[in-house]
Amino acid sequence: MTPPTPDWQKLRADFPILDQQVHGHPLVYFDNAATSQKPRAVIDALVRYYERDNANVHRGIHELSNRATAGYEAARVRTAKYLNARDPHEIVFTRGTTEGINLVAQAWGSQFIKAGDVILATEMEHHSDIVPWQLLAARTGAKLRFLPIRDDDHTLDLARLDEFLTRDVKLFAMAHISNALGVVNPVAELCARARQLGAVTLVDGAQSAGHLPVDVQAIGCDFFAFSGHKMCGPTGSGALYGRREVLEATPPYMGGGEMISTVDYDHSTWNTIPHKFEAGTPDISAPIGLHAAMDYLDAIGRENIWRHDQELAEHCHDRLASLNGVRLFGPAKGRAGLVSFLLNDVHAHDVVTIADRYGVALRGGHHCTQPLMKKLGVPSTARASFYFYNTKAEVDRFIEVVKEIQKFFGV
Amino acid sequence: MNDDLNDLYQEVILEHAKSPRNFKVLPDANRVAHGTNPLCGDNYTVYLVMDGDVVRDASFQGSGCAISKASASLLTSTIKGKTRADVEALFGKVHDMVTTGHADDSMGKLAAFAGVHKFPARVKCAILSWHAAKAAVAGGGTVSTEGEENA
Repeated sequence: MTPPTPDWQKLRADFPILDQQVHGHPLVYFDNAATSQKPRAVIDALVRYYERDNANVHRGIHELSNRATAGYEAARVRTAKYLNARDPHEIVFTRGTTEGINLVAQAWGSQFIKAGDVILATEMEHHSDIVPWQLLAARTGAKLRFLPIRDDDHTLDLARLDEFLTRDVKLFAMAHISNALGVVNPVAELCARARQLGAVTLVDGAQSAGHLPVDVQAIGCDFFAFSGHKMCGPTGSGALYGRREVLEATPPYMGGGEMISTVDYDHSTWNTIPHKFEAGTPDISAPIGLHAAMDYLDAIGRENIWRHDQELAEHCHDRLASLNGVRLFGPAKGRAGLVSFLLNDVHAHDVVTIADRYGVALRGGHHCTQPLMKKLGVPSTARASFYFYNTKAEVDRFIEVVKEIQKFFGV
Repeated sequence: MNDDLNDLYQEVILEHAKSPRNFKVLPDANRVAHGTNPLCGDNYTVYLVMDGDVVRDASFQGSGCAISKASASLLTSTIKGKTRADVEALFGKVHDMVTTGHADDSMGKLAAFAGVHKFPARVKCAILSWHAAKAAVAGGGTVSTEGEENA
């Protein structure tokens, strides 16, 4: 059941950080694709944990350790429910998307990728979904290929899928939502096609997990990696979903405490999933904060958040498109809650510096997608990225600032 | 427009960014250094013709923001006729200026970059081509602003 449409303006009061002036102007926080702000409920959950329950998890006998373990494992159950995984054992806590992808590249990849195999990614991937595969390819002698994007609207060129998704593809890694373009990829369709060929699939959910309903069973992916800090959770929180059969076949990632079953001087045996992948004392507070974030987001309703995101992005896109000299990236319709743009020949860093002095927090640069920027023929773009606490009035304010920037550079 | 922004984007900077001087390849360059700012993708190559220890000619190519481009333009205009030791000393002064805001009387047009110190994230833009020039007078190579404070 989707909750009713909330009073978005009222939700802003849940975020203490939003109520401030930056350089003498009300803060307009449009850098949500980099990290989101945190509601009071998440901050309180972290404080409560450290003030009342802090102890090391697992194997503890005393009360505090029991509470810490219960909180940590409850977060795993909550995460499984959030992603509609079949089983909480399919949830490995990580520091974020990057660690999730590296875990797959190092642990699963070292066992299952051989010389001559093909790893397929897409041209719009973030560096964190390119570099781990480059390292894996270099280690194993596998080949790394990239499904192209279209020149017109920068969506994936699905007409060329058969050419790239071939029988020698052993892994297909794809962004759910592009952080640089706002393109939403048809991940369920891509995973279904990959599965027919026996390829394992990984979805980079960094930009999607906090913004729309995610159902890993409906997507049909083998791995889904996401970061908690982009969805109201603390930095250092995140998880990797791995389909049970695939996770069980995957060798350990890091060695150490917790991930073992028995240890002798000459050999060890491994704990069961997911503990096999969680060596050492984890950041216990992170999943506990993430748990609070998931409760908070689901009380609002991810369908509602997604609709609000898309409305803001479309409004922003259309208003920018109505100005002279604005170059926009990605599709006009159906984009996720972010808009990448360039103003005439003004460099993105100059745009962002001036916007900042008007209290508007943007991001400018290559967005950790250097190969994509080369493909687009630009060194960088400026990006406004939204979340549910942003408003149409903020987008309109941003447009006024864009006009000021154009005036400043005489363009 | 707010005062800090006017300090950062001074007329001379905007003008050099729009019409950069020495913005070309020097075919007879005997020292070439490449400067990148890996975090933002700014990317410049500095070309020098050196006669012994003296910079006879200087140029640059590449892309980046208004600050980095204007800085490279003024740099290549400034260092012609200077010795390696002069360039290294000037690097120190420019670095000091963009991080503290203090410019002494000898800085001339380069003093336009004093306003950069109020924008810590932009220090690396202003100093990038200077890193490249310092490497070029020392023999050339590739430098990056990765280790720069506030980078």
